[in-house]
Parts: sequence; structure tokens; C-alpha cells
Amino acid sequence: MSHADAMGGHAGVMEKPAFSVPAKKMAMWLFIIADTATFAGCLVAYGFLRNATPDWPRPFHSITNVALMTFILVTSSLTMLFAIDAAKAGEKAKALQWTLITAGAGALFALLHIREWLGLIGEGMTLLKNPWGTGLFGASFFSITGLHLMHVTGGVIALVAVGIRYKGGRYNADDLEITGLYWHFVDLVWMFVVPLVYLLNLSH
Amino acid sequence: MAMAEGHKSNAGRYVVVYICILAIAFLQFVIAYSNITAPQMFARMLFLAVVEAALALLFFMHLSDNHGLLWFVVVFTVFVLLAMQYGWTDSFRELLGAPWSSYSKS
Repeated sequence: MSHADAMGGHAGVMEKPAFSVPAKKMAMWLFIIADTATFAGCLVAYGFLRNATPDWPRPFHSITNVALMTFILVTSSLTMLFAIDAAKAGEKAKALQWTLITAGAGALFALLHIREWLGLIGEGMTLLKNPWGTGLFGASFFSITGLHLMHVTGGVIALVAVGIRYKGGRYNADDLEITGLYWHFVDLVWMFVVPLVYLLNLSH
Repeated sequence: MAMAEGHKSNAGRYVVVYICILAIAFLQFVIAYSNITAPQMFARMLFLAVVEAALALLFFMHLSDNHGLLWFVVVFTVFVLLAMQYGWTDSFRELLGAPWSSYSKS
């Protein structure tokens, strides 16, 4: 639906949308900006704690898992772009296919993340204590990665729901693109979580 | 309604940006194993993360196509990040007792 249609034919007397962006897309951008502040707050607080705590643990022995997770998430952003490209070209089946591939990659990322959590819990790490150093590490690690994992899980559900409704004709390519914006944001946050939470805490 | 006719695929550009992001991520992993101090490591990794994020924002999230929105997002984000920096001096004080307690040592 065009902006003029959405205004019921009163586009001439109505104010134009901010930044020439449709209202739904603008709402998603505002959410992304607010969520950026949330993650930035968490990461800055994490940096504060890490800097102020002498016995900060370095529990990660290998980068294999986090490298694989990064590859999967970045690749899922690419597949999301292919889905949007297909949707804009009017190829509904192809768009749904790429969207479901993206959701599948997100689900795989979440499973790898949970496996990593279980490994750390198995080594004795909890929210309040761990065998390697300050107990604050568990609290900050589970909070930041948990918040991100929650976003990934929500994104996977949203991708499947929007993809199916797009194929059914209830949503259009713009709706898929807006969901894609969220998915790219989840990827973008991970780009900061990896160096700060994982790579700076390698045990070498 | 999204237009199906006349849509030009950007797949080639997306793949190039994707490869760039993966390469930068790889560089971060290389830096993690390099023999440099923690602050140097932190600065280099953060710089690369910002470059990665900028590429994703500009080309994956299409901010390069909308300069008004781009400036809005950049200015707001920089403001929020700067506003969060007030606590750093206190984190150094807790760790080192510096700079304030160092005055009493002399």
C-alpha cells in the first residue's frame, strides 16, 4: 500500500512521513535505535565490570564454536537479503524459501549457543559463581548472550510467521523487508558481542 | 504494495559486502591470538566491529539509500554511546585506586 493510499486519499494535506520512510519501517528503526541503547548499556556495563575486576576469568579455550556461530549468523543476513530481493521481484515461493533458510540458520545458531551454555554450566559456571574467577563473569555473560539469544529466538519465530503470511498474501514484500531489518540488527549486535565477550576472554 | 516489475537485483553487491564482513570478522579472530596488550587488542577489535556494523547498516539495512535516516541514526547512536562513558573513570579508580588516591602516595 502506498503512503497516499494509507492516508485515505488525503496525502496532499497530510504531513509527509519522517525521512521519507513508511510508518511501519520507521517504527522498526525506532525499535532498533532503542534496542541499540539497551545492548550498548549492557556492553558498556560489562566493560566497566571487566575493567574494574582484577580476577576476571578467561574461560574460552577454543574459538571454533564462536567462529561457527558468527559464520552462520552473518550468512543468515545474506540469505535474508536474498529473500527480500526475491520478494521485491514478486517471486513468492523463492522469497519464502530464503526466509525459511534464514530462520533455519537462526535456529542452528540458537542450538549452538545453548550447547555452549550447557558446556559452561557443566564446568561449574552459574549466574553467581564459576571456578575461574569473579562470579560477576557468569552474570554478565549469561545476561548479554541471553538477551541476544532471546532476540535470535524472537527473530526466528517472526521470520517464519511473516514468511508464511507473505506467501499467503496477507503480508507484502515491505513487511518482509522490515522483518529483515530486525534480523540484520541481531547480526549487527553479535559483531560487538563476539570481540568483547568471547575474544577478549580467550584462555591463551 | 511492493513493486515486482522493474526490480533490479542487488545480490552481487550483497555478496561483496558479506565477504568483506566475514573477512573483517576473521581479522578479529587473528587479533585475538596476536601478541599485543589487552588495551591494544580491545581498540583494534572495537574498531573492526564498528567497520563491520557500518557495512551492515549501510548496505544490508540500506541506510546508504536514505541520508536523512542515516544521519538520524548516527547522531542518536553516537549521543547515546557518549552519554554512557561517564562511568569509566570510576572503573579505573576501583581497579587501580587512581587517579584520586595516587595523590596521597606522593
